[in-house]
Amino acid sequence: MLSRISSKFAVQMREIEKSFGFQKILNSFNIDVEKGSIHAVLGENGAGKTTLMNILYGICKADSGKIFLNGKLVNIKNSRIAIKNKIGMVHQHFMLIENFTVLENIILGNEITKKFGILDIKKARYQILEISNKYKLNVDLDAKIENISVGMQQRVEILKSLYRGADILILDEPTAVLTPNETIDLISTAKEFASENKTVVIITHKLNEIKSSSDVCTIIKAGKNIDTLNIRSTSQEELATKMVGRTFALAVEKNRTKAEFGETVLKIKNLNVENKKGILAVKNLSFKIRAGEILGLAGVDGNGQKELVEAIICGIKSKSGSIEICGKQIQNTSVQNVIKNGVSIVHEDRKKLGLILDFTVAENSIFSTYNLKLFSNKGILNMKAIHSFAEKLIENYNIKPQKCSEYLTKNLSGGNQQKIIIAREIASNPKLLIVVQPTRGLDISAALYVEKILMKERNKGKAILLVSFELDEIIKLSDTITVIYNGSIIKAFTQNNFSKNEIGVLMAGGGRTENYSKDA
Amino acid sequence: MNSFLSIISITLMYSAPLIFSALGGVISERSGVINIGIEGMMVTGAFWATFTCCFTNNPWLGFLIGGISGSLLALFHAIASVFLKADQTISGVALNLIGPGLAFFFCGLLFDGKTATNPITNKLPKIFGNNNFISEFMGVLNVDITVVIALILTFVIWFFLYKTKWGLRVRAIGEHPVAADALGINVLKLRALCVIVSGFLAGLGGSSVTLTISSQFNQTSISGQGFIALAALIFGKWTPFGAYFACLFFGFSQALAINFGGYNFISPTLLSCLPYFFTLLALMFVGKSVSPKSNGIPYKKA
Repeated sequence: MLSRISSKFAVQMREIEKSFGFQKILNSFNIDVEKGSIHAVLGENGAGKTTLMNILYGICKADSGKIFLNGKLVNIKNSRIAIKNKIGMVHQHFMLIENFTVLENIILGNEITKKFGILDIKKARYQILEISNKYKLNVDLDAKIENISVGMQQRVEILKSLYRGADILILDEPTAVLTPNETIDLISTAKEFASENKTVVIITHKLNEIKSSSDVCTIIKAGKNIDTLNIRSTSQEELATKMVGRTFALAVEKNRTKAEFGETVLKIKNLNVENKKGILAVKNLSFKIRAGEILGLAGVDGNGQKELVEAIICGIKSKSGSIEICGKQIQNTSVQNVIKNGVSIVHEDRKKLGLILDFTVAENSIFSTYNLKLFSNKGILNMKAIHSFAEKLIENYNIKPQKCSEYLTKNLSGGNQQKIIIAREIASNPKLLIVVQPTRGLDISAALYVEKILMKERNKGKAILLVSFELDEIIKLSDTITVIYNGSIIKAFTQNNFSKNEIGVLMAGGGRTENYSKDA
Repeated sequence: MNSFLSIISITLMYSAPLIFSALGGVISERSGVINIGIEGMMVTGAFWATFTCCFTNNPWLGFLIGGISGSLLALFHAIASVFLKADQTISGVALNLIGPGLAFFFCGLLFDGKTATNPITNKLPKIFGNNNFISEFMGVLNVDITVVIALILTFVIWFFLYKTKWGLRVRAIGEHPVAADALGINVLKLRALCVIVSGFLAGLGGSSVTLTISSQFNQTSISGQGFIALAALIFGKWTPFGAYFACLFFGFSQALAINFGGYNFISPTLLSCLPYFFTLLALMFVGKSVSPKSNGIPYKKA
C-alpha cells in the first residue's frame, strides 16, 4: 500500500509515533499525499487527526518517525521550519490576534520592512491584495479581527499561509464555523489552489463534505491509518463504517411522534438585548415554543444567539421586551428564579459553564438541585443520597466508565461529560430545555445518543430550544426551524416545508428583511 | 504665577523617574510578562548609579550603570518567569525584596556600614545648564535633562511598538503567544529580552531619582515610585503615551503636596500621602482596563 518516497508526493509521513503521557495518540502512522490533490483526513474526535497535522506543522514533535516533503527528508522541529518548507496551516481555533488589524495579522512574523525594521505597510498591502484578488479571498485589511465575521477570519488565516508562499495548505475542520455558502466558496478556493499543482489537506469529521471537496481520503482511527480511499469510488456509508469501525446507519431514526403541540411554554415578545459592548445584539425578537416542540435556531455564530440564551436564563439583562415561561414573566429576574420556573440549559461550553472538571461526577450531577431537601439539609450535603442519585443517572444514560460517580469529571471523555450535563438538566424535570451546540466535539455515536435523548424528551412533551451552528443538526431535530441573522429571526419553517438552500442564504444575511416577529 | 510655574516644574521633576519605569512596565507587560518588580529594579538602579557617581564623579556613567544594574536584576525575573514558568507575581515580589536587600547590603559594605551613600557632588545637568545667570522665570523652567530624555524615550518606545516589526511581534506575544509561535516567532526569547529592557528602563528611573532630585541614596530615595509607575502603566492602558500622561498626573499630585506643604493648614505628613491616594483613586476610575490578553500567563509550548 505504501508508495516509494518520491517527489511526486507533497507529503509522505512514515512510522509516526506520538504519545501524550501514557496515551498513544499516533501509532506508526503512514500517509502519502499526492501533489496537486485535495486530500481529506477523516476521523472521529480523538482519533489523532489534529495531532498528526500539528506534527507536520511543527507545533508538536513526533516521538519517532520521518517526514518527507517532495521526496526529501525534513526534520520539522518548529513552525518556522514548516513555514520555510512552504507548509501553511489554518487551525480549527483560529490563531488570530483579536485586537490587531487583518493586515497586521497577516504580516506578523514575516514583515516587509524598510530600514531599521520599520514596517512597510504600503508594500505589504499591495502584496496581500494581489493574493486575495487571485484567490477571491475577500477581506477588509484595516478591520480589527474582533469586528469581522468568522468566515472572514478564516479567509485571513488562509491569506496568512498564502502570503508566506505555502504550497501545502492544511485546513483543520475548516467548515465547522461556516455557512453553507461560505463552505462552497472555500471549496472552490481549495480547488483553484490544487489546480496549480499545490496541495490541500483537509481534516474533518464531516462525511458529506468530503464527497464534494476531496480527491482522496485517509481514514484515521485510534492513531492508525485504516485505509486510503479514492473518494469517487466510495460511498458515504462505506466511509462512515470505516471511520467508526462498525456498520453504521447514518440516517437517524427520527422516532418522532406526530406533532401534537401542547400549550405555549416559552413566549418571547419584542425582545431587545445588548451585548457586552453595549451594541444591540438581539433586536425586536419574538417567538414561542410549545410543549412537545423542538425549535431550532439556525444561524452563524455571533448573530445574537448567545445574548438571546443569556437573556432567557437571566444571565444578562434584557433591554426591553418580555420573556414568559408558561405565562409568567421572568425577564430580568435571577438565574435562581428562572430555574425555579422550570428552565434548564445545556451550555455550549461544557468545560467552562456546564461542569467543574475538578469535581467528581456526583458533585457535578447536583449543581442545579443541591438545594433540594433530598441532597442537603440545613446546608449540609447528604453525600449518600447524592451518590445514589448520580449512580442512577450514570446507569440510565449509559455514562462510561460504569459506576463513575466518584471519578473526577475531567477524566471522562467529552461525550460522557456532555451526557452528565444533559442527564442532570433533564433530571430536574424542566418545562423548557435550552440546548446550545449539544453535539459539539462529540463523536458520531455519542452525538447520535444525545440526539436520541432530545427526541425522547420532546416526545414526552418538553419544549426544547435548540441553538446550533450546524444546520444539518437543526434540520434533523427541529419541528420548527427558525433562522437568526443579526439579532433578528428572519424566517421560520416547519419540519416538512423548508428548503435547505434558502436557509443557507438567509443565514448568510441574504434574506429578504421580512420580519418574522409580526406573525409570532 | 510663580507658584504655578513651580508646580509645573516640580511635576516634571517628579514624573521623570516614573516615566522611565512605567515605560519599562509597558515593554514588559506588552510582551505578556507582569513586572511587579519595578520597585526593586528602581532601588537597584538608584544605588548603583549613586555609587558609580560617587566614585567617578560622572553622573552620565552612573545613569548608564543604574540602567544596567536594573537589567541584571530583571534577568532573574526573565529566567524565573519566562523560562522556568514561575508565577510572575511571586517572582516580581521576590525581586522587590532582593533588590533593596542587595542594594543596602552593598551600601553598608561600600560606605562604612551606613544605610546611605555619600552625597554626589555632580548631578545630571539641567536643560539650560547649571548656571544661575538666567532669569527667575527661566530658572523655574530649567528642568532636569531627564525630563527631556523621558519624553524622547516615550516617543521612541511608541515608535518601536507601533511602527517596527519588532514592536508588532512584542505586541503579538503579549496577546496571543500561541499564534505568534505558530508563525515562527521565538516567544520565550523575545519575552526575556523585553523583561531585561524593562529592567534597564526601571534602573534608569531609579537612577534619575538620586542623580537629579535627592543627590544621595538612602532608604527613602525609592519609596513606592515603582508601584506608582505600575499604576501609571495601568492608568495609561498599557500605551507609552498613556503611561506618560499618567505619570505626569502622579507627578502633579506630588507637586501639589509639596506646594501646599508650605501653607501649614494640612499636616505635611498627610499631604505626602497625596500621590499614593491619587494612585488609588485613579485606578478606581480607570474602568475596565484593556490589559494585553496573555499578560501574566507563562508561555508553555504544547
